[in-house]
Amino acid sequence: MTNKANSTIKTDLAILGSGLTGLAAAIFATNRGIPTVLAGQSKGIGFASGLMDLLGVHPGETTWDDPFAGMERLRKEIPGHPYAKIGNTEISTAFQEVHDFLNGQGLAYHKEESLKNVNTITSLGSIKKSYMVPKGMWNGIVALEKKAPTLLIDFAGLKIYSAKQITSALKEQWPGLSAERIEFPGTERLEELHGEHLARSLDLSANRVKLAERIKPLIKDAEYIGFPAVLGMYRSEETIKELEELLGLPIFEIPTPPVSVPGVRLKETLTMGLEKRDTFKAMPLMITRITPLPGQGFRITLGKDDTEKTLEAKAIILATGRFLGKGLIAERTGIKESLLDLPVYQPGDRTTWHKQDLFDPQGHPVNRAGIETDPMFRPVNGSNAPIFENLFCAGSILAHSDWTRTKSGAGVAIASAFAAVNAFQQR
Amino acid sequence: MKTEVLIIGGGATGTGIARDLALRGVKTLLVEKSDINAGASGGNHGLLHSGARYVSNDAESAIECMEEGKILKQVAPRCIDDCKGLFVAVEGDDEQYAANFPTFCEKNGLACKKLSVKEALEMEPVLSEKTIAAYEVDDAAIDPFMLSLENIAHAKALGSKQLCHTEAVKFETSGNRITKVWLRDTRSGKEFSVEPDQVVNAAGAWAGQVASQVGAKINILYSMGTLLVTQSRLTNGVVNRLRPPSDADILVPGGTVSILGTTSVTVEDPNLIIPTVAETDLIVRKGAEMIPSLETTRYIRAYSGVRPLVTHGEGGDGRNVSRGFVLLDHADSDVENFATITGGKLTTFRLMAERMSDLVCKRLGNTNPCLTRTEPLPSSMEGKWTEPGLAPKRWITKNSGVKDKILCECEMISENTIDDIEQELKKNGETPDLLTIGKRSRLGKGPCQGAFCSVRVLAHMYDKGSLTGDSGIHDIKAFLNERWKGQHPIFWGDQLIQAELTEAIHCGLFDLELCKE
Repeated sequence: MTNKANSTIKTDLAILGSGLTGLAAAIFATNRGIPTVLAGQSKGIGFASGLMDLLGVHPGETTWDDPFAGMERLRKEIPGHPYAKIGNTEISTAFQEVHDFLNGQGLAYHKEESLKNVNTITSLGSIKKSYMVPKGMWNGIVALEKKAPTLLIDFAGLKIYSAKQITSALKEQWPGLSAERIEFPGTERLEELHGEHLARSLDLSANRVKLAERIKPLIKDAEYIGFPAVLGMYRSEETIKELEELLGLPIFEIPTPPVSVPGVRLKETLTMGLEKRDTFKAMPLMITRITPLPGQGFRITLGKDDTEKTLEAKAIILATGRFLGKGLIAERTGIKESLLDLPVYQPGDRTTWHKQDLFDPQGHPVNRAGIETDPMFRPVNGSNAPIFENLFCAGSILAHSDWTRTKSGAGVAIASAFAAVNAFQQR
Repeated sequence: MKTEVLIIGGGATGTGIARDLALRGVKTLLVEKSDINAGASGGNHGLLHSGARYVSNDAESAIECMEEGKILKQVAPRCIDDCKGLFVAVEGDDEQYAANFPTFCEKNGLACKKLSVKEALEMEPVLSEKTIAAYEVDDAAIDPFMLSLENIAHAKALGSKQLCHTEAVKFETSGNRITKVWLRDTRSGKEFSVEPDQVVNAAGAWAGQVASQVGAKINILYSMGTLLVTQSRLTNGVVNRLRPPSDADILVPGGTVSILGTTSVTVEDPNLIIPTVAETDLIVRKGAEMIPSLETTRYIRAYSGVRPLVTHGEGGDGRNVSRGFVLLDHADSDVENFATITGGKLTTFRLMAERMSDLVCKRLGNTNPCLTRTEPLPSSMEGKWTEPGLAPKRWITKNSGVKDKILCECEMISENTIDDIEQELKKNGETPDLLTIGKRSRLGKGPCQGAFCSVRVLAHMYDKGSLTGDSGIHDIKAFLNERWKGQHPIFWGDQLIQAELTEAIHCGLFDLELCKE
């Protein structure tokens, strides 16, 4: 029998939720030397495409080339938006810190030096705005800009991705696209392929050589070659570099729907990078409950029964996400916050949660539901006072931010994590 | 173009008439302004009534249902899950009604077996512990899509024709006869005409609008009913609340799911029937009185249908007007080659088709007898894929060496099945797209409601060249929106999580809301 009292882990900062927000918060906290525990069992980041959007759209109206100009307008029109509590310089610094951390771990990301958005294509054949993108996707942005003759490769059996679909859908805008299907080396007898398997297989140099052999005869006059985003899992930079040498052309990845390799890469790279730090500890267990302690601080119970563990922290950053992350729970009668029953800003009854049209340009009111905070990102009560001195909130659980429509998922995650860590440090 | 008979309306009745007439040697053209079963024929429980539901207040309907149920189980067994049904009363229900029930059944000749509460709970463990009475009856579940698709497929095999997305827009008359009907392709807007000997109005809830175009008046009360689909099948058989017909008192198995309903709300316009949050909550609450787990189970869809109830002008609300059907020969409005059939129930569609076909044949001088009482309904490539178990079975039992990938993982629909449906649609002059394929299979009908399978099927259709340019963008938006509309009132709990995921992929990543159609 373990004595539970002895197994309590103590830390300064507990970050609850291990999605992009929690991971980014852990980078910021450990960069500042704060002893940090990251708890939670996020699966949501596997749904991330790898693109890091900052702000692409003003709902129903305009797309932004300059996300920072967009944020100025957002601050005026939606004063409750998380971006209204953070300055442009801080947001830019936050992205730079994540960028530098990832580059240091061998998963390079690129953004425009002008800090403008870029245009990228998706596996559906749509063109979207993003801000910071994996280096492996960057050549695709350049090729699209130039409308260069480009060959798109797909693999028989990878059923979420059709190169022919992309070339077909984009034919008018980008006539220089062409498509070829090949069998991925070593999968000839398989009917169905999964992106993660292909990515791991390309971590081995021998498979890259075989793949290049099959593509070479198809190149013709292409100046770029595009692939589904499966080019390596732990060695994607090396994979892309070697394939470029073997093929003699710049290549790039195209983001695919989940479960997407760049999302998994991101999670693994961030986690492994953080685990090298002495001030960091991961506790990948389900968060069961939070008990505020007398005075200040919190006791956090993780896991269940045999695996139950206790964590005590001076402060919490709550980054448990929305419905998918289970930070918010939607019942027939209303929306609740799952761990502390914090007040949730929400539209009226369920008749007003969603519009009848899935693609309504204004978005669905339920997506603006969430936790309202003070300027220091602390959840507030009805009279706008912080509920706990040392409870901060970050990421998609925050109210007034509809990330799918404004294209600001990673942006809100990173910016609010940055602000929450700074607020904790200032206290 | 000429035809002996023009049938307007591609629901159970219209397709049933097409088959009945075809079996008597009469070739028809069926036109449907939307797609097969777009109206009440698709928006119902899929219940093959034993008749027990009507024993207390509508003996005629009860007996019709009993007789028709027996016939259909013989001639169309593939469309039917002969799962039996229970009538159960719970604490607080009218005990007198429950006590009288077996007598009413007996009087009308309906089978009805009294069960002890213990027996009932053994048969259906999800029933409330507060059950006080239970009877077993001959209810069954029927797949209305397969039924209509097979009826029209058989008619076509016998030489008749079908045009979906085709609306009758104008009738030309000479003397007392309709001489020409103008039709419009609702997709292209192109108009063309047909010269029919006889015109059959089987437009269901839209029958009044069709009849008014030839100057005939039918008073139709539009009674909307809403139904909810659960993620999994909760009961073995049908479960009815043992009380006079009311809201949310029937749960019907539909293959791998259960369907709970319904309501009765009078609406002004049969085109505007959207299930509401209030109805959804009422259905869940009422249903849970009989089966408590209905309060906590996951729902994946809500839909509404509109019952066309012919009032003969006396008004009344939806529950009081007869659920029987009416056949109008329009002698009063002096159009001698026009007839309307509407009202009625899915269970009695065959009888309705027989009566209408009798009238048409009399007018045409055709003396061949009705064969649909005995002639088995054959299975075709077009209709069979609506069956939940079939697509998975085909994939699992495929021969080694046959390459085939699952595209819809919830319902296990493979590439080859999609290809077959596509082929069949093309043969019938239909444009294969996600919506029409979805209608003829279970594509997108599982818990993910199309979020993942739509992407895979789209990719496959581009690969095969059946989609080109940016038409796939329009296609996937229309498909996902159709799925969305049906989930709108049931977005809470797990299905709201699903909605968030759908939006994350299709708006967050693909920016579909920004793509122009």
